[in-house]
This record gives sequence, structure tokens and C-alpha cells, in this order.
Amino acid sequence: MSLEIAFMQLFNGVSLFTILLLMALGLAIVFGLMGVINMAHGELMALGAYVTYLTALAFQAVAPGAMEIYLFVAIPMAFGVTFLFGYVLEKGFICWFYNRPLDTLLATWGLSLILQQAYRSIFGAQEVSVPLPTWLTGAWEPVDGIQLPLNRIFIIGLTIVVAVSVYLLLYRTRWGLRMRAVTQNRAMSAAVGIDTKKVDARTFALGSGLAGIAGAVFTMVGSTNPGTGQLYIVDSFIVVVFGGVQSLIGTVMSAFAIAQTQTSLEYLLSGSLAKATILLLVIVVLYFRPNGLFAVKQRS
Amino acid sequence: MSASMQMARDPEQELSIRNENVASEETFRVEDLSVSFDGFRAVDNLCLSVAKNELRVIIGPNGAGKTTLLDMICGKTRPTEGKVIFDGEVVSGLPEYQIVKKGIGRKFQTPSVYEDLSVFENFEISMPDAQGVLDSLFFKRDEAIRERVSRAAAEVFLADQLHRKAGTLSHGQKQWLEIGMLLIQEPRLLLLDEPVAGMSPREREATAELLTRVANGRSVIVIEHDMDFVKRIAHKVTVLHQGRLLAEGSADEIQSNPKVIEVYLGH
Amino acid sequence: MKLTREATEYLTVGLLAAVLLAFTMTLDPFRLNNVGKYLSFGFVAIGIVLTWGYGGVLSLGQGIFFGLGGYMMAMFLKLEASAPELPDFMVWSGIEALPVWWEPFYSLPITLVLIHLIPAVGAYLFAYAIFRKRVSGVYFAIVTLALAMTMTVLIVGAQSTIGGANGITDFRTFLGMDIVDDASKMVLYVLQVLVLFTVMLAALKLTNSRLGKILIAIRDKEDRVRFSGYNTAHVKAAVFALAAVLSAMGGAFYSLQTGLIAPSLIGVVASVEMVIYAAVGGRLSVPGAVVGAILIGFLKSYLSETFPEYWLYFLGSIFIFVVLFMPKGLAGFFDRLRVGRALGGEAR
Repeated sequence: MSLEIAFMQLFNGVSLFTILLLMALGLAIVFGLMGVINMAHGELMALGAYVTYLTALAFQAVAPGAMEIYLFVAIPMAFGVTFLFGYVLEKGFICWFYNRPLDTLLATWGLSLILQQAYRSIFGAQEVSVPLPTWLTGAWEPVDGIQLPLNRIFIIGLTIVVAVSVYLLLYRTRWGLRMRAVTQNRAMSAAVGIDTKKVDARTFALGSGLAGIAGAVFTMVGSTNPGTGQLYIVDSFIVVVFGGVQSLIGTVMSAFAIAQTQTSLEYLLSGSLAKATILLLVIVVLYFRPNGLFAVKQRS
Repeated sequence: MSASMQMARDPEQELSIRNENVASEETFRVEDLSVSFDGFRAVDNLCLSVAKNELRVIIGPNGAGKTTLLDMICGKTRPTEGKVIFDGEVVSGLPEYQIVKKGIGRKFQTPSVYEDLSVFENFEISMPDAQGVLDSLFFKRDEAIRERVSRAAAEVFLADQLHRKAGTLSHGQKQWLEIGMLLIQEPRLLLLDEPVAGMSPREREATAELLTRVANGRSVIVIEHDMDFVKRIAHKVTVLHQGRLLAEGSADEIQSNPKVIEVYLGH
Repeated sequence: MKLTREATEYLTVGLLAAVLLAFTMTLDPFRLNNVGKYLSFGFVAIGIVLTWGYGGVLSLGQGIFFGLGGYMMAMFLKLEASAPELPDFMVWSGIEALPVWWEPFYSLPITLVLIHLIPAVGAYLFAYAIFRKRVSGVYFAIVTLALAMTMTVLIVGAQSTIGGANGITDFRTFLGMDIVDDASKMVLYVLQVLVLFTVMLAALKLTNSRLGKILIAIRDKEDRVRFSGYNTAHVKAAVFALAAVLSAMGGAFYSLQTGLIAPSLIGVVASVEMVIYAAVGGRLSVPGAVVGAILIGFLKSYLSETFPEYWLYFLGSIFIFVVLFMPKGLAGFFDRLRVGRALGGEAR
């Protein structure tokens, strides 16, 4: 294998890593921290993608000259809309299912079907896609033979910003402290005067908003259809479970490990065989470390 | 030495004194037992031995490692170091169900019964018969089974509750049911984690008698907080503190032990 | 007249079988064939009642075993349909010799044995390993979901040897008997109802035995069961294997009834849908599972043809409604009627 190929492999791995991480980050909060198994998480990503699509349409109609920068509006919009949607969802739906994980699973699956059909009714069954700003088309060629697509570089940068923000929010603010307190010991948090219901709703909304960002980003690498979310949901869960559900760092490491392995395997095997191998590998590793790769042993 | 410490006790304990004298051989022992959780040693180098017919009470402040110790004896938690020896055989490392089959029974801190099944069915499932898949599929409930269930139920004061759903029993009755479910397995070592928690004074009284009775012919380890109750049942008391053995002796000795007093009252 | 719960269950199963047989006289062959298709999922749903309703183990991968059964049966039928040539999709992909693992499916007895054996052994080994490691609840559901996805990804990727995304189709004979004509469809349907009836009786026997009680105990307090001396991983894995065999039987009947098996019928979406059959009928009710499968199957055909835009809204709402308001499904509803009437009778 030549040096160029090796480098491109690495870049592809990193690129896939950031996409997996974006997908999984919201779920790591909703499922990992809160323990809510939201099977409609993929549809929240699709929502983010559709919001991005609508923003692009709006820019085209109102300010075609500003198309170059619409992403900087679309991404916060995607976050904001899914955040709000998540907030309402928690208040009106998820809150009925706490401590009934398998019921939550089935009910949110039902919700995901309803959302898919809603997207189909509103946006049609066909794929929609958004134009890529010119400054994101093409590739950066640092040396001959190595071409790094600009949109991928943008996604890598954005993921770093998002991941660091989430980290700072959770570990460096009072908001994050409350969130962690409630997810670790609900009764005690309530006793010291934290409004746990409000924190639940906000935490869920944050996780949903992150799914929205992921959805916005996916419009840069592919098109969106009503079933898009369903494609991502299993992968997202795999990343979170593989990393050890209680640990955000675990999610990061797990996304990295899966991405690098998958891109390497794809180089050697056909796409579907690589995908199947990675799923089986994850299951095998989980067999030896049932609490995830990075879980901490705790007393029961 | 332990026999002499029992002498000063009230006459009700005569039975257990006799037991102490008969018991020369130890049935159960842990050696240098330790377990760490993420670097924190919950139980640290603990040695303990319990004789046949002995009722041992383990006390200690919260986080002393009492429940963790029981978890390790019955196989729920794997020790990081050390061994659990029962009847001369190392049982640590075996799967839980095999440890049970060796004759060790465990009652959990919160009463753990099958709420959707009747009291009768709770007993029946706990019987060590027909535990395989096919055996249990073709299992027939016969007169002998009914007889054994009613005997066990009578022993734990539930003779007239057999057809109620276990979920509808009072808290104290659930505690009794769980003890009864263990007794029907005829274990030789019984581990009871706070068996009288949530019981009324009358229920406690009955339980004290029950425990004294069941200790006859086997070894019993009880975790308990209430010193009056401890004094009522214990042949010997072990005090744990921060995962280590702090003191061992009769209830009276323990109560006047300065180290113990400091741990409970000091700081 | 007062009936015990157990007697009511056996009576319901008998009635259900009688109604299903009566369909042969009232329904036209096309509809009868449709009912046969729904009944294939009834097998799966019974398995889900046993593992989920009783054992508390929710598998979102029953499509895997449905697929194993369906594909193995389809492979046998396809070989018969293509003989002496290779199956058409292999010819199109330029495959020149039959892959070795197709060879056993020339023989019907071997096919039938494998349809039961492979899911049983595979499911048991997989589940025992997982349960021994204390993976349960949501995690087990996710792992099975991932396996269902793996299986479809593999099949879709194997266009040349197993038919890829199109699945296996175009087979019309079973041991030389035309399976498309009305008379043989009737025979097939009656055979399926009889097998299903036997399966329902066996499942009732199981749920009413000591094993059924043990499963409930494991579902509610697994630790207590483990510390009563049971190897709970073994018990759960055995029931999971049984459910896998039932799913495979359903899959085999599905291939026979519809002349088609494809990855979309066994993937993630289809697998989760199978759970709702059991949930609608009642996760604790064997006949309920079959009724749920027929009901949802019928509504799916009807709604997705008549009002295609409403089908997913409806199915999604069913998931939510059943979980929120009917945790015991239709069976729970009828159970309450029965108990209510019995109590009313006593009061009078």
C-alpha cells in the first residue's frame, strides 16, 4: 500500500468517525445518560436534514445571493427546531415511559413510523438534496495524489466544535452539573432543590438538538428521504452501546474504533461484507465486555 | 472461647449454647477476601469463619462492605483476591446456581419474591426439584410437593396465605416468604441481608424465634443494624468497617468495645 | 358457568382453530391464501409471547429466524423449479457451479430438518453466550436488532448466490405439486392450520407448566431465580431457541404460501413489526398472538392498499396505544370481561 493510499484511508476513517460521532452524540446523552431508548432518534436527524433543506429553499427564494452562507443559518436552525421538538416530545410523550425501557422502545418505534409518514406527506417520498456552497465543493490537495474533499474537512471541523461544546456544557456549567446530577441520582437531586422534570426535558431536548445538527450535516454528503432516519438508528445505537453507555468519552472512542475498522475493512472487502463484519465484531467485543469498551466496574 | 462468651445470656438462648458446644467443625470460611471497584477496595483482606449451628451477625456502618461480602460468598460478585471455602471446598468462582446447589442460600436486602405468582408457586419454584428445562416442562405437582410446601409455609407463618398472590403480602410477610423459599431448599449456609427490615415489633419477635430455630443444623449469617435484635439472636457478632474486620465477639463484648464505639459514634 | 384461566385458553385455541378451518368454506382461494400468509407470522408471534411475555426477553431480531426458515424452504423450492439448470439469478450473475451450501436443499427431508435444526442450535448458542454475560433487556434488543441488520446486509450483498435484494422467487411446485392452483393452496392452508394448532397446544402446555412459572419468575426477579439454583441463562436460551424454531416454521410456510422470500421481509423493520403482532393480541396470550398476527396482517393489506398514506400513521399509533393503554393486548381486554362477569355472577 502506497503512502498516499494509506493517508487517504486514514482521512476516510477520520471522516467517517466524525459522522458516526455526530450521529451518536445526541443518543449518548438521551440513551447513555438518561437511559431513554428513543428509536425515533433517526427521525430527529431527518428532521434536522429537512430543516436544512427548507432553509436552503428559503435562501434561494429570498436571498439567492447569500446562498454561500446559508449553512451557517441552517445548522443553528436545525439545532433549534429539533431542540424545541425534543422538548415538546419529552413533555408530552417520553415522560410517560420512564423506567419502562422496553415499552419506550416500542412506543418510540411507533412514533418513528408516524414521523416517517409525516415527512412523506409533507416533503414527498422522493429524495431531496441541498446545493453545496461553492466554497465547500472540490478538494484540497496539499500534495500531489492526495485530495481531501472540502465538505468532509468542514464536517470534521464542525464535529470538533460540537463535541467540545457538549463537553464544556456538561462538565463546565451549572446546567451540565444539574443534568449529570439528575441522571445519576434523581431522588437526591430533587431533594436539593433541582427541578428534575425541567432538567429531563432540557437534557432530552439537547440530545435531540444534536441529532438535528447531525441531520443538517448529512445533507452535505447525501440526500434525504423520509426513511433516512431509519438507516442511521441501528448504527447510532451500536456506537453508543459499544462505547459503554455511561461514558461520553467512550462514545468518542467507540466511534473512532468503528470508523477506522470499517474503512480499513472496506478497503479489503466488499461494502456489505465490511459492514456485516463490523456489526459482528461489535457483538463479539460486547460479548467480552458486556458493559461496553470503556465502562467502569461499579458495585451493584 | 465463644462458648464461654455465650454463658452470660438469657435462658432463651440455651438451645444455641448447646448448639455451640456440638459445633466443633467449621463449615464455612473466607480467606483473605478482597474486591475492588475501580480501585476502591470495598472488602479488604477479610478472613472469617462460621461453624455449624452458629448464627453469626455482621454489623457495621454503611459502606462497610457487609452486602458486598454476602455478594461474594454467594457468587454475585467475583472477588478480586481470596477464596470462599464451604465444607472444605472452594466455591468462589463457581456460577451462582452451582453455589446454591452446594447448599448456600441467599436472601436479598429488599424482599425479593415473585409478585405475579401465588405464595404456593413461589415456594414450589424454589424447590430444588425439576430445575432443568424439560424436567420443569413435564413436572407434576403431587401430594408430596403440596406437603413440603405447606410445611415450609407453616414454618414462616404463611400457612393460610398459600393462594394469595405474593405481590399482595405485607412487607414483613414478603420477608418471611423469601426466608421460607430459602428454607425449602434446605441450605446448610443461610445468608440473610436485613431480614427484619420493615417488620412490626411482633413480626420481629416471631422472626427472632424463627432464625434461632433454623440455625439449628446449619450455619446462618445475618446482616442487621438494630442492636437489640442483634443481641436477641446472635451467637457471635462480627463488625466490619471500611471493608476490614474491626472486631469479633459476643454482642455484649462488641457493645463495650472502644474501637466499635468510636466507629459508630466518633468522628 | 365459571372456567379456569387455563381451560379458557384451551377453549379459545380450539375455537380459533375451528374458525380458521371454517375459512376454507367461506373464503375464496385468494383471501384464504392471504390468511395463510398472516398465519405464518402467527408462528413468530407465539414465539415472542414465550420469550417476551413470559421470559421478559425482547428480541427485535425474530426476522432472522423467519428468514432462515423462509430462505431454506425457498432454496429447496427454487432448486426444484430450476432443475436441472442452476437458479436463474445465479445464471444471470455468471455463476457456473452450485455453491456447496446449496447442495443439501435438493432433499426435502434434509431441508425440513435443517429448517428446525439451524435456528435452534444457532439461537441457543448465541443466546446462551449473551445471557451468561448478563446482557439483557434493552441491550439484548439492540444486539438482536444489529444481527437482523447484519443478516439483511449480507443477503443484499450476495446477489449471485442468494438472490440479493430481490430475494428468491418464481417457484411454483412443491414435490411436483403445483402450489399456485387453488386445490393445493387449500391443502397447504389446512396443513398450516393443523401445524399451528399443534404449536398453540404445545405453547399452552408450556405456559401452564412449571417452566411457564419459572419464566415469569425470571422475568420479574431473575436474581432470585438464579439464587434458587437455576441456570437462568440456559432456561432463557432454550426458550429463545424454541421461539427461533417457531419463527423458522413460520418463514417456511411463508415461502410456500407466497412463492417469495426477500430481505425486506426479514430485516429490522419487519422484525420490530413482528413484536407488535404479539403485543396487540396480548403478550401473555398464545391464541392472542395468532389473532394479533391475523388482525394486523389484514389491516396492513387492507389499509396499505386502500389508504396507503395512512397505514404508517395507523401502525405507529397502534404501537403507542397498545403500550400505553393495552399492555395485555386484546387478550387482557377479554380476560377482564371474563373476570368481570364471573365476579358479577357471584354478586348475584
